[in-house]
Amino acid sequence: MPTPLYLATAVAVSAAVTWGLRALPFAVLTPLRSSAVLRYLARQMPTGIMLILALYTLREVRPTAWADVVPTALALAAAIGLHLRTRNAVISVLGATALHVAMSTLWPA
Amino acid sequence: MRGMRARGGARDFAAAAADTASVGLSLFPLGISFGVLVVHAGLTWWWATVFTAVIYAGSLEFLLLGLVASVTPLGQIAVTALLVNLRHVFYALSFPLSRVRPLGRVYATFALTDEAYAMTAGEHARSWSGARILWMQALCQGYWVGGATLGALAGSLIPITLHGLDFALTALFVVLTIDAWRTQRDLPAPLLAAASFALAALLTPGQVLPAAMALFTVSLLIRYALRHRAGSPAPDEHRHPVPAVPAVPAVAAAGGEG
Repeated sequence: MPTPLYLATAVAVSAAVTWGLRALPFAVLTPLRSSAVLRYLARQMPTGIMLILALYTLREVRPTAWADVVPTALALAAAIGLHLRTRNAVISVLGATALHVAMSTLWPA
Repeated sequence: MRGMRARGGARDFAAAAADTASVGLSLFPLGISFGVLVVHAGLTWWWATVFTAVIYAGSLEFLLLGLVASVTPLGQIAVTALLVNLRHVFYALSFPLSRVRPLGRVYATFALTDEAYAMTAGEHARSWSGARILWMQALCQGYWVGGATLGALAGSLIPITLHGLDFALTALFVVLTIDAWRTQRDLPAPLLAAASFALAALLTPGQVLPAAMALFTVSLLIRYALRHRAGSPAPDEHRHPVPAVPAVPAVAAAGGEG
């Protein structure tokens, strides 16, 4: 079992690294904001980064296990379909998550 | 004067509450599932509050739970934090930090999560004041910490397991991808992102996220170089005003950075 001191240090280390990554680039990158190539990146990156993060959250899904693939595929279809139709993130996220919870509960791995 | 400022502050808060309603509705249930997992990992419930309030980086917190349970060396935890959160380096390119007053920038950078970045990335956020941005970030963290604390308390009181709750994170990023696509309809970028992810998953299975982000950035840079060598300006270069980069001079933003 981890000791409270170890846990507190692990939290402090994680927080320091995370904050450093979030804050330091402003000092370094700000003078570069007028650069055309960085403006291009800033415009082109959001869709791709969000897509990579979405794919990353699916890394635990075992592609050969039906109990994993079926609920995930159906919930993904629900999220995409609901959002294309309603443009309402609340409905899309809650609807798809509720479907996934229901299917995972009824169809345990 | 003070009354006017107070009304302005209330307006900023109300606007931020409306802005964050949808993100909050995915952060809150996700926080609950994180809190439940904290208790399942054998930690006391209030560690869920500490993790979410002090670190405030969702995917790292989920990952860290597994690492501390097996008492992973702190150096390895630091490297993991660096790799998982490396993507935040790019958020500085377009996050409108210059609109936040200097003291608030300490919190604005601390709470610069994927969600906060995504919310300020769109066209609609260009008119947001610094106070509205800070309230947006504080509310997002409030939903996350609140959800985690509630989930951990519930998890320690009721021994139930709710499977599949973590899909809220996937659904959230799917929704954010579609929203970002609607702002910038350019097919090659998401295709390059998907290819980068596939390549990273094949070559560096242990560090998929930073590798995919790096590959994606490099592929965009190559694409930019190819377009400019061909001598034709990128077709979307002038049609869209740059929504992500604020119009304030870079010097103003640099002034308050420590």
